[in-house]
Amino acid sequence: MSGTTGDDAAPVLRMESVRKTFGGSVVLRDVDLEVAPHTVTALIGASGSGKSTLLRCAGLLEEIDDGAVWLDGEEISDPRADQDAVRRRIGVVFQAYNLFPHMSVLENITLAPRRVHGVPRAQARAHARELLDRLGLADRADEYPDRLSGGQQQRVAIVRALAVRPRLLLLDEITAALDPELVGEVLGVVRDLKDDGLTMVLATHEMGFARDVADQVCFLDGGVVRERGTAEEVFGEPREERTRRFLRRVVEPGRL
Amino acid sequence: MTVAREEPGADARDTYVPSWRRIERERHKRSRARRATAVAALSTLVTGVVLCLVVVGAPGWPRTRETFFDARYAREAFPVVLEGLWLNVRLLLACGVAVLVLGLLIAVARTLRGPVFFPLRVLAAAYTDFFRGLPLIINLMIVVLGVPALRLQGITVDPVLLGGAALTLTYSAYVAEVFRAGIESVHPSQRAAARSLGLSNRQTLRYVVLPQAVRRQVPPLLNDLVSLQKDTGLVSIGGAVDAVRAADIIVGRSLNYTPYVVAGLVFVALTVPMTRLTDWVTARMNRRQAQGGAV
Repeated sequence: MSGTTGDDAAPVLRMESVRKTFGGSVVLRDVDLEVAPHTVTALIGASGSGKSTLLRCAGLLEEIDDGAVWLDGEEISDPRADQDAVRRRIGVVFQAYNLFPHMSVLENITLAPRRVHGVPRAQARAHARELLDRLGLADRADEYPDRLSGGQQQRVAIVRALAVRPRLLLLDEITAALDPELVGEVLGVVRDLKDDGLTMVLATHEMGFARDVADQVCFLDGGVVRERGTAEEVFGEPREERTRRFLRRVVEPGRL
Repeated sequence: MTVAREEPGADARDTYVPSWRRIERERHKRSRARRATAVAALSTLVTGVVLCLVVVGAPGWPRTRETFFDARYAREAFPVVLEGLWLNVRLLLACGVAVLVLGLLIAVARTLRGPVFFPLRVLAAAYTDFFRGLPLIINLMIVVLGVPALRLQGITVDPVLLGGAALTLTYSAYVAEVFRAGIESVHPSQRAAARSLGLSNRQTLRYVVLPQAVRRQVPPLLNDLVSLQKDTGLVSIGGAVDAVRAADIIVGRSLNYTPYVVAGLVFVALTVPMTRLTDWVTARMNRRQAQGGAV
């Protein structure tokens, strides 16, 4: 399964035997993951199965206890790696948006390009406006985050992550805090990004969306990847009893 | 019976006519409001009269009025107290700026990571612990009275400068704690978002954490400045002629305590605008953040 993606193109992200504990409770037990360029990987599983932690470990927002993580062949879990430089190449979008409340939309987006990448102010703002325009937020550039709807805030957060042209985008349950009628506008953006060829890993509870958009689906359960495969494989004919049980539980209430 | 007016903002096609229920309810509310006003006025009047009678009728009142509220001494004291107050205001401005800068530096020093900064972190923590615990009056006596006794070359003996230095030492510790509380009140997810964008620890502090921390702490900071303003009166222990000392001189001569009351009221009058400023700044900040406006 995981071997089939690695041959034609070297994986963007690779995780091997990753273990992470929080105060004695094991959140990630022994996780392997490979993400090929220009593909979308969906992490599914119950709350507490380790999806978010996996993303935070990949984005170097948590330190792993054991195992290793590579980005474009470079081991980023090595304590000697320049972590700030690694984070510059990975974009993260959070469940709660985490926009900076004291900055306007435009300032939120241009902060990293200007301060981290040294892009001149005018150029950074032009690029930000271009991205905002693409996501239908052109008229929101000068607003502060608390004046925007949840869906708009989350799209701004996506623009902020994209503004530094990341190699890999991590999306951590980005629709979980949204009202149902706003979910669609955010997921639409992710679909467009997939069409642009951006490499993404997303943790999600939106099974219909995962089935639609993911090239690879990983079912996490108790800190291990219990099952992985294409969307058709995992959703269509899951091999593991636990996967079947999980899918029955989330799909029967009419989520698919 | 009066018919209620057209609903404000109702458009022309709206043929809404208030029902008898609404008219009845509003009449009841109006009559209740009238009665409440009447009761409040009466109660205020009664309370005021009773207080006056109690104060004026108390056995010691004539002597109290003579000792604390003598118009003759008040007139004599007021101009000199005001003149002395100018010193307090200047001390407040100079110390206020010094305290904000020093306090922020100490707070930031406590958040620095990395082994190189270990001694700095320890020093900053020790400084705040020490000066928050040390009574200001002892600090002032040591600096204002004790330092000149050293007869050191090149060190001032001016009680105003020494007093200002002592105030700055103590208040920097308070203000550092206010800043530190502000820094800690910024949610970790803000830091995570900044770091995920590739900002270094220092850039995260400067662009994301500190702006939010400082903004949030403006009310408690102004509160400390009001406190500082009052405590500038303590530099009088070294003989500097501020508002308190000016009043003290007259009291010493006349044995009438009215000048103290005058000085006290002048300080109170000075804090009222400060409090209004606090409210205004807080409201303006909230408005700006909510509004958006020019970048």
